This record gives sequence, structure tokens and C-alpha cells, in this order.
Amino acid sequence: MNDQTVQLILDSLGPLLRATVTATIPLTLISFVLGLVVALAVALMRLSKVRVVSGIARAYVSIIRGTPLLLQLFIIYYGLPSLGVSFDPFPAAILAFTLNVGGYAAEIIRSAILSVPKGQWEAASTVGMGYVTSLRRVVLPQAARTAIPPLSNTLISLVKDTSLASTIQVTELLRVAQEAAAPTYQFFALYSVAAVYYWVVCLVLSIGQARLEERQNRYVAA
Amino acid sequence: MTDQPTTPTVPDATRPLVSVAGLAKAFGEHEVLRSVDFEVPAGSVTVVIGPSGSGKTTLLRSLNALDVADAGVVRIGDVEVDFGARPVTKRQVADLRARSGMVFQAHNLFPHLTVLQNVTSGPVLVQGRDRSAAEREGRELLSLVGLAERADAYPYQLSGGQQQRVGIARALAIRPELMLFDEPTSALDPELVGEVLMVMKNLAAQGWTMVVVTHEIRFAQQVADQVLFMDGGVVVERGTPAEVLTRPATERARQFLHRILDPLD
Repeated sequence: MNDQTVQLILDSLGPLLRATVTATIPLTLISFVLGLVVALAVALMRLSKVRVVSGIARAYVSIIRGTPLLLQLFIIYYGLPSLGVSFDPFPAAILAFTLNVGGYAAEIIRSAILSVPKGQWEAASTVGMGYVTSLRRVVLPQAARTAIPPLSNTLISLVKDTSLASTIQVTELLRVAQEAAAPTYQFFALYSVAAVYYWVVCLVLSIGQARLEERQNRYVAA
Repeated sequence: MTDQPTTPTVPDATRPLVSVAGLAKAFGEHEVLRSVDFEVPAGSVTVVIGPSGSGKTTLLRSLNALDVADAGVVRIGDVEVDFGARPVTKRQVADLRARSGMVFQAHNLFPHLTVLQNVTSGPVLVQGRDRSAAEREGRELLSLVGLAERADAYPYQLSGGQQQRVGIARALAIRPELMLFDEPTSALDPELVGEVLMVMKNLAAQGWTMVVVTHEIRFAQQVADQVLFMDGGVVVERGTPAEVLTRPATERARQFLHRILDPLD
């Protein structure tokens, strides 16, 4: 590695870090939180006894999982304007990632809810809890234990999937690396720096996952 | 509601606390209950016995509509639900269910909550009572079942008998008029059965109205005011423990009692 390359890497550390903190991380966290809200709603809809309601949820999950995320991004950013709906790059990315997480996490949440024994619903009901209270106080806290490992997977995938937003003009980590590398063709060096940044973010999230799992296990026998 | 949480509500002497008439329930083609009638006077203990599949658990679960009967009327206190007059509303079910506390065979404690949080879940999360008052009352109930020391434990840290006693305290905490027990000792190791039955016996002595589904014939002999023997979805025999358990009138009851009292004979 010559001095010029080293200098280029050193010069890029700051801008790439800024892109990580101002775009990649916010994109991930905002989409994930909103996505979980969508997912919970879709999961509850799928568990509904009303056929139409569960059918809508089933169709939603099927479409989200059956089409490429990149295509979903393109439809929202490049496609919707022809219907008169335009978004700036960042909100478009948030919307696409939210809907995508909503589809995948819905299945995780649904199966986690189903994993809670029926007797828990019954016991909640005999102490007077209705559907919402049972769900909030009894079922979801237990479902969370089951859902955390697969939801962590979804979150970690999302961190890396945000790189797709580079294709719709969002100046996130990958795009900044591309722009920095282009004038000098130092793609190997700059993409490597970007890779390390993605990896560190995922590493931190993995540590967070381990802590959360530990906390959830406090009420079960070792 | 009384200020004395650990004593049952004062009974209305003029009529039984519970009346059940014409109760029927089928799961698909299988008729589990066929027109069951009985009454439970306030302050009395009714023990329901019978072979498995006889409908006794379904009968108990119909009293709080965990199983919704197809026909028949259930009245507890001043709440009456006619299951024949469909549709039965969620509101009616909730009103009926609020009259009784239930102890399950598989305890069904909330594993993510401590013992005390389990006991106060009804009063605090549903009835909106003051948390510190509910906790004080919860601790009293836990000492009633002999578990005052374990208030901060999680359910998994307790023995089966202790878990079942927490279940009893949790059911009592909602201040029900009636206590329902669904085979509360059937899932327990034999040496743990006694401590649970002892708590139940004490509740009976305090005047709680109880309906108990069980195979513990000695408990029935000692504690029951009324014994119902069920078979094939009907009440085959009813009467005092002496009548039903000592001098059963029907061959079916005789055979059943013989089987469980002398399984090797």
C-alpha cells in the first residue's frame, strides 16, 4: 500500500463515519421500529378469525417476501411519482424498509405469539383481562423471548440492506465510499473501510442482542 | 367489595349462589354435556368426580365460559347467562367470568412475573386498585397459602405444590364469589398433593363457595357438602359424600369408586 492510498483511507474515515451515523444508522433504527409496529399489526391481523382481515395480512406478507427489496425501493422512489406521489430519497428509503421489515417480522411475531400456551390466555382471562391487556401484559412479554433471536437477524440484515438506498440517491455509507473511491479508482481500499464500518455496527447490535436475551432468561430455569 | 379480602362475600341466604340448568355442550359430534342441572348453595363445597371424558372439566369450564355451552343457563350471584339465547356477548362472558376465580390443573402462572406480581395481576392490571394496597393484600393471601416468604420468587423457582398454591392466591385476589378448581392436584407429585388440599380445606372452613373437580376421594369425603358423580355427560348421582361415596346407588358409580380406591383389585 503506498502513502497515497493510506492518505486516502485516512481522509475517508471521517466522511464514512459521518455517513454511518447520519444515514445508515438512522435508516436502520427508524425503519426497524416503524417496521415492528407494522409487523405487530399484520401479525394480529393474520391471527384474526375474520377471514378478510387475515387474508389481507397474508397477501401483504406474500407480496413483501415474494419481491426483491431493491424492486420495492425502485417502485416507491421511481414508480410512485408517475401516480403523482413523490418522496425525497431518505423518506422513500424509510418507507420501503419499514414495509419490508413489516412483512418479515410479522411472521416472526405471529409464530412467537402462537408459541405462548393457550393456558396463559385462559389464566389472564380468569383474572379479568380482556384481549388487549392479555396481549400486552401476558402474551407479548413471553412471545418476546421467542422472537428476539429471529428479530435480531432481521435487524442485522436491515443494517446491510440499507446499502441498497445508495441506488436512490441516499448518501449513506456505501454511496459515500463509492464517491470517495471513484476519482482515484481506489475501490478496494474504500470498500474495505465501508465493510469494516458495517461489520462494527452489526457487532454492536449482536452484543445488544446477547444482553437482551440474558435479560429475558431471568424467569426461566437454567 | 369487602374490606376483608381473605374472607368470602356475605352470602345471600335466600337462593343458592350458583344455579345451572339444562347445560349442554358438544365438541363437534361428541356430546360432552347433556342437560346438566345443579345448584351450589353459598358457602358450600361441591366436588365433581367421574371417569375421564365424563364431562366434569367441561362442566367446570362452562361456569366461567372458558368453554361456551351450546344451551342452558348459568347463574352466579346476580349474573345470569342463557347460552341457548345466542349470541352470547363478550360482555356477558366477561361479567360471568368475573364472578369466579379459577385454579388450573397446570397452574398457568405467568412465568415472567414474580409470585407477588402474579397474585396482584388481577387487582392492579384489571381492577385498577391501588398498587400498594393490592400488594399488601397479595402478601396476606400469600401467607394464607403459606408462601409469604416467596413473594419475590419467579414461578420456575417453586415446587409444583407451591406453584399451585400461588395459583390459588392469584384466584382469590380478584375477590371472587366462587372458587373453581380444575383437578388442582392431578399434575403433582404425590408428596405435594397434601399441602394443596390442606389450603383448599382451610378455604372451605373459612366459608368459601367452591366447586372442585378432583380424583381425591378422601378430600371429597372430608370437605364436600355435595358430591356430583358424572358419567357420559350427565350427573349420574348427587348427594352428600356419605350417599355418593359410601353407598352409591348406581353400578356405574360403584365401579368407578372401586377402580380408583382399589386400582389393583
